[in-house]
Amino acid sequence: MSVKQGLLALLATEPMYGARLRAEFESRTGGTWPLNVGQVYTTLARLERDGLVEAIGEDAEGRISYRLTRTGRAEVAMWWASPVTRETTPRDELVIKLALAVTVDGVDVNRVVQTQRTATLRHLQDLTRLKQRATTHHEAAADGDGQVDLAWLLVLENLIYAGEAEVRWLDHVEARLVREANRPRKSADGIPTTVQDGTTDSATRMVSNALKGGTR
Amino acid sequence: MSNAPSNDVILRLDNVTRVHGTDGTAVRALAGVSLDVRAGELVAVMGPSGSGKSTLLNLAGGLDAATSGQVIIEGQSIGTLKGDALAKLRRRRVGFVFQDFNLIPSLTAVENVALPLELDGQRVGKARRRAIDALSMVGVQDLADRYPDKMSGGQQQRVAIARALVGDRRLVLADEPTGALDSHTGEGVLRVLRERCDAGAAGLLVTHEARHAAWADRVVFLRDGVVVDSTGTPDTAEALLEPTA
Repeated sequence: MSVKQGLLALLATEPMYGARLRAEFESRTGGTWPLNVGQVYTTLARLERDGLVEAIGEDAEGRISYRLTRTGRAEVAMWWASPVTRETTPRDELVIKLALAVTVDGVDVNRVVQTQRTATLRHLQDLTRLKQRATTHHEAAADGDGQVDLAWLLVLENLIYAGEAEVRWLDHVEARLVREANRPRKSADGIPTTVQDGTTDSATRMVSNALKGGTR
Repeated sequence: MSNAPSNDVILRLDNVTRVHGTDGTAVRALAGVSLDVRAGELVAVMGPSGSGKSTLLNLAGGLDAATSGQVIIEGQSIGTLKGDALAKLRRRRVGFVFQDFNLIPSLTAVENVALPLELDGQRVGKARRRAIDALSMVGVQDLADRYPDKMSGGQQQRVAIARALVGDRRLVLADEPTGALDSHTGEGVLRVLRERCDAGAAGLLVTHEARHAAWADRVVFLRDGVVVDSTGTPDTAEALLEPTA
């Protein structure tokens, strides 16, 4: 997530000073991606240098508010109009861990899968409780609060769908390992054998998928 | 999520095994499963096809008999009950919710909900009053006189939950209750089920979707008839996570 784009989008609603920008960003995303205020001011300084925002003076308490320039408005419009690209997807530790688990001797892969699934299900339970609370609050809220609740609900639901996808993938890994263990293989001399471990082909596929995740 | 006392066990499965067939063709559908569901608790059961989810639910509801081990509903071991007594216990203590609602099409919502009470010998007027109470608890009292074909899927499933928990019934066994519903409606049904459990019912929910299982207090994961994961207390879960081979 680009902090830059987030701040620009918020400034398109009205001029704001740094601490307020941070508070608005966090309340609209439910505090899921906390910003430190230093990061906000560094970003604002860079945006000002690049001509995307301009300071409009201090208030009584000495806080400097910023507003978008014409270039800044164009930048925001461009952001809304463009898809988010996935070229820089971060490396996924779980994918890499499982890819390594099937290739490193002595690791109980099933146990790795089960431990992760239990943890992910617990995480999903926590998220669902939060969602239940947020939904109740949203239904009772006035218009202004309701919009912020809605934003938070959408963030929660994204995390829930991501957790669900992870559990489905873990189920798939488990089932594949069973199939793989029972798959007849041709040995070096051409005689089919059943391989109980050393699942090199699936390992190759998993490593390749993990590496597609990013190369930072 | 629940405020109910934690020691009120409504359903207990004690080392339950179910074997289909004999000797050479024997298949263990469930192998030594132990599980408690307390008042105020919703427990989800997940697992791939053939892992024993439906067998577990059928055993819990007395629709199938365990090969060994005990199924205990509100303190009563159902293995010792004969036909009529078992039917009576099911009628009084256990409610089922199915994927396809299973309401009787020729009866209105309130008649569907009152039916188990009437079958149990209650007078029509009293059964109807209790059925209206049950419909109110799931928010569909206004549909009391409507027939199933005049209700949406979500409304029918709410009526089915009301029927499952009408009168003194406190155990609801739900088999993929959201399977035939769109995501938003399905979630509404899960909320109702969750609320009924928070109010003191005990629920066992079979589902293959993690997103739905997450509404439960505890998720039990079955594979080949054995519990392999559980999101119970960390100590229990650690014990269950020992390799099962």
